[in-house]
Amino acid sequence: MTAHKSLVIRVYFTLALAILPLFTYAQEHNEEHSSIEEAEKEFNATEMIMHHIGDAHEWHFFGEGESSVTLPLPVILYTENGLVSFMSSEFHHDTTGHTVVEKDGMRFVNLHEDIYMLEEGAEAVEFDAEHHPVNASKPWDLSITKNVAAMFLTVILMILFFSVGLARHHKKSKQAPKGFNNVLETLVLFVRDEIAIPQIGEKKYMKFMPFLLTVFFFIWITNLMGLLPGAANVTGNIAVTVSLGLFTMLIMIFNGNKDFYKHTFWMPGIPTWVKPILAIVEGLGLLIKPAALMIRLFANITAGHIIILSLIGLIFILENAGIAGVSVPFALFITVLELLVAFLQAFIFTILSALFIGMAVEEHEHH
Amino acid sequence: MELLYVGLAALGAGLAVLGAGVGVGKIGGSAMDAIARQPEASGKIQTAMIIAAALVEGVALFGVVASLLGVLR
Repeated sequence: MTAHKSLVIRVYFTLALAILPLFTYAQEHNEEHSSIEEAEKEFNATEMIMHHIGDAHEWHFFGEGESSVTLPLPVILYTENGLVSFMSSEFHHDTTGHTVVEKDGMRFVNLHEDIYMLEEGAEAVEFDAEHHPVNASKPWDLSITKNVAAMFLTVILMILFFSVGLARHHKKSKQAPKGFNNVLETLVLFVRDEIAIPQIGEKKYMKFMPFLLTVFFFIWITNLMGLLPGAANVTGNIAVTVSLGLFTMLIMIFNGNKDFYKHTFWMPGIPTWVKPILAIVEGLGLLIKPAALMIRLFANITAGHIIILSLIGLIFILENAGIAGVSVPFALFITVLELLVAFLQAFIFTILSALFIGMAVEEHEHH
Repeated sequence: MELLYVGLAALGAGLAVLGAGVGVGKIGGSAMDAIARQPEASGKIQTAMIIAAALVEGVALFGVVASLLGVLR
């Protein structure tokens, strides 16, 4: 690999690292804000599932309430008075808004994993009739949340596997690598021979290999890590998949050649009055293609997690231990299926990205 | 009212699955036929089949996401 190509890989990595965390917490929480009153002791399946698939400011492993075993992560907030940061452990696992953390004269509460800043003089958060806080506002949240931490873990693994492992081997010797490096090389060649070359073409595929390899392994490794108990649901977070889809869209738009734009906005060979209509349709297609990629990955992974959690939740909803005999084997079956889906979704995302890029750079024969 | 929304969402998810089932079934069936006719092209057919199936599945997942938003409003 030449110096130029490894530089391109580094640029993609840096971009991914720089942009992804900004978006992860931008999504709105759909769950309703319940009041500060005593939490219901009754089992609530929706709440349990949303807790598991949602992002959080601390990495929860097991336990409940004060006795939870968690990994505290840094909370970084951008307020009107500049950046504020503290560890999420200062909230003492409280997400109902009871615990107020005071930093630099500002007060913060954690309300269902949204950090709110209390207005000046306010001692505790107050709610209106619809349980929206009235005396608090949301600052910009740039925290290293559970999902961001999991992404860092994936990135470290990828650097270890590829930069430290495979790339260094190829620098040192011309022999085929052994053991784990051999597995990685097989996968890299799979991406090249089954995805990049057939979709983009012999001539131009090399320029896009760094991107395709990065998304393929990023999605696959995060999907697999998301299946571990207690792990974060990274690719099931719409903000992460939006970022990934955005990369495909930008690469498609910036690499599109003259023919591609001509075929998009002024299709040759059809009556003139149809051309503007088709231009609108094709122009929207530029947006819809990456949007479909994004929804597909997000919904597949989220749906998988919800199914597994629902099956386990069934035992507690019906309050019958006998149900476990049915739902645990079924959950195991779905988990094994998810192992396949983890690979399939990485493959689909990469192959469709390659297909869209291939459409943008394709040389047309002129008739 | 709450139950109505949840019921409609469940119905929507069911309909989405129905459509995707028919779509993916047809794609899989045709791919089987094609492989039976030309076993030597099975690799290429499989790739094309997975892409087409993913596109159909994507539409079904739009339905699932919309239903999810209906429940979680």
